[in-house]
Amino acid sequence: VDPFRNLEAAALPLPLPNIDTDQIIPARFLRKPRSKEYAGYLFHDLRFQTDGSERPEFLLNALPYRQSRIIVAGDNFGCGSSRENAVWALYDYGFRVAIAPRFGDIFATNCQKTGFLTISVAPDLIAWMLKTLLASPGTRIAIDLPAQTLTLAQGIVAEFEIDPFAKRCLMEGVDELGFTLTQLDLIIAFETDRALRPPRTMRSAT
Amino acid sequence: MRIAQTLFEKIWRRHTILEREDGQTLLYVDLHLLHDGSAPAFAMLRERGLKPRRPDLSVGTPDHYVPTDSRGLARISDPERRAMAEALTKDSAAAGIALFDLEDPRQGIVHVIGPEQGLSQPGALIVCGDSHTSTHGALGALAFGVGTTEVAHVLATQALWQRKPKTMRILVDGALGAGVTAKDAILAIIARIGAGGATGHVIEYAGSAIRGLSVEGRLTICNMSIEAGARAGMVAPDDFTFAYLAGRPYSPKDGAWEEAVTEWRSLASDPEAVFDTEVALEAKDIAPMVTWGNSPQDAAPITGRTPDPAAAATTERREAIARSLAYMGLVPGMPLEEITIDRVFIGSCTNSRIEDLRLAASILRGRKVAPGVEAWAVPGSGLVKAAAESEGLDQVFKSAGFQWRHAGCSMCLGTNGEIVAPNERCASTTNRNFVGRQGPGSRTHLMSPSMAAGAAIDGRLTDVRRLMSRG
Repeated sequence: VDPFRNLEAAALPLPLPNIDTDQIIPARFLRKPRSKEYAGYLFHDLRFQTDGSERPEFLLNALPYRQSRIIVAGDNFGCGSSRENAVWALYDYGFRVAIAPRFGDIFATNCQKTGFLTISVAPDLIAWMLKTLLASPGTRIAIDLPAQTLTLAQGIVAEFEIDPFAKRCLMEGVDELGFTLTQLDLIIAFETDRALRPPRTMRSAT
Repeated sequence: MRIAQTLFEKIWRRHTILEREDGQTLLYVDLHLLHDGSAPAFAMLRERGLKPRRPDLSVGTPDHYVPTDSRGLARISDPERRAMAEALTKDSAAAGIALFDLEDPRQGIVHVIGPEQGLSQPGALIVCGDSHTSTHGALGALAFGVGTTEVAHVLATQALWQRKPKTMRILVDGALGAGVTAKDAILAIIARIGAGGATGHVIEYAGSAIRGLSVEGRLTICNMSIEAGARAGMVAPDDFTFAYLAGRPYSPKDGAWEEAVTEWRSLASDPEAVFDTEVALEAKDIAPMVTWGNSPQDAAPITGRTPDPAAAATTERREAIARSLAYMGLVPGMPLEEITIDRVFIGSCTNSRIEDLRLAASILRGRKVAPGVEAWAVPGSGLVKAAAESEGLDQVFKSAGFQWRHAGCSMCLGTNGEIVAPNERCASTTNRNFVGRQGPGSRTHLMSPSMAAGAAIDGRLTDVRRLMSRG
């Protein structure tokens, strides 16, 4: 996982609530191995017509938004399916941050594991950001994770909250599994202890 | 004095291995369910030179990529789909993980076979790389979906880091009316609290209407918790739960059974336990529901009409409604019963169990699917299929003009290639009506199995209560 500290980049406005992970990557691409480039699958059916040509009405296809690395979206972004492929598609396209009032829980967790930052801010601020980004395509947003600030158009600075664990993982590119494996003795002690109290653990499924 | 605890808190505490000061908790996983979307997680393990640590606490079955017109992985013509299903066979065999493969009568949708086998038990912590893992909470377990990286983490350690969610209690009191099912109740709940209404929460469903539901009805309710934003939904285990589990293949036996039931009885939320959020609905206010839009929250009583965007409270909502109506090919203010359909799909982890099939069959008996409508019944497991056939339900479906198919996820999300064509409209017992969910351009209306059966007969969305009184 690549560490994340700061980013200043153009932002893509997606002014809709409940953009689900089926929209971020349709189910028919889930069979593609991770070794494949996922950028082409991102928002596939919103971005492309059935003949493969671009849908001009989808903002990511408009020149000022093409190089966006930040998404600003309506409430409950990434709801629905647990497919981590949604994060892979965002990441491979070049996105590193999503800002929304709230996120789907599993999506937000998947983002953190991939080194992708999700920032929850108040709906009013989102509404203002969406308006600004739509009115002035290509508007850049600066994100400072250590300071937990967003610097928006016109020099407006907003602070954001983030789970301290998620912050550390992102900033240091923490390998969570590597850390857990150092705690294996605790896990073994736990399961040895409770194995004495059946029937809590499942019987062998053979 | 002992602090009053909720069902969720009791299970959380009993699975806590380590609590960090930053609020992260390492939880022990009792049961890890695997399906044919698990290949990338096994690949992650291989890259690190790791092996599944507790294969004896995992079980797998192929469901997402399997064909439902016939059996046999060799019959999957698309090489990438076949590779996903074959990877599960190979990865499970290499790790010594039990597999209910395609030739095994126990194969089925992973969220159907867990409860069916008695693997999903009260008080257990269950995870699976699928958001509908919330289903298993119906047995009084804490069960939630995880992503690929977390699947790999659980395979390698049998543990998982989580931040403690908030708790929400949804009380449904009273009695559900005739023709009103668990599916209608959960659609009414989601319509009430919204698709993000339970974000960051674990839901406990309670109240006399929930207590009165069979375990299968509770499975339907808990299944769709994720559609309200909750990672998990649960129902306290009670006599219905114990009767359901008694004698199932993996349920505790003999003396261990008595011991288990005593333990399970202690799991219910303490009477004084406090929830972060409380929601209450009256069962009598719930009518048979259908969705009209592209979020499960877009649900309304079948007696209603499509909404008028102009009447929406906010600009955002107005645009979302207009967008959904356009995608769905509907106009504002039209009676929901006037919406004609092309397809019916009865299946999925939400509604493919034996009671669902009985309910649908009770409407279909002696009737025919409307001309031009293609209707499918896809049982949730090989055992559900066999049980239905032993009751003659397959004959009811077939006589009515339904296709009677093999078990799998099938047209719920179409990963196996079984999709709804562009602009086709499907009355579906599944869980998501997202844009393109059942195939690019597909139009999905979510409803109960009896409502879907009614739609098949009438060729349009219909109030099934009329068919019940007539029949």
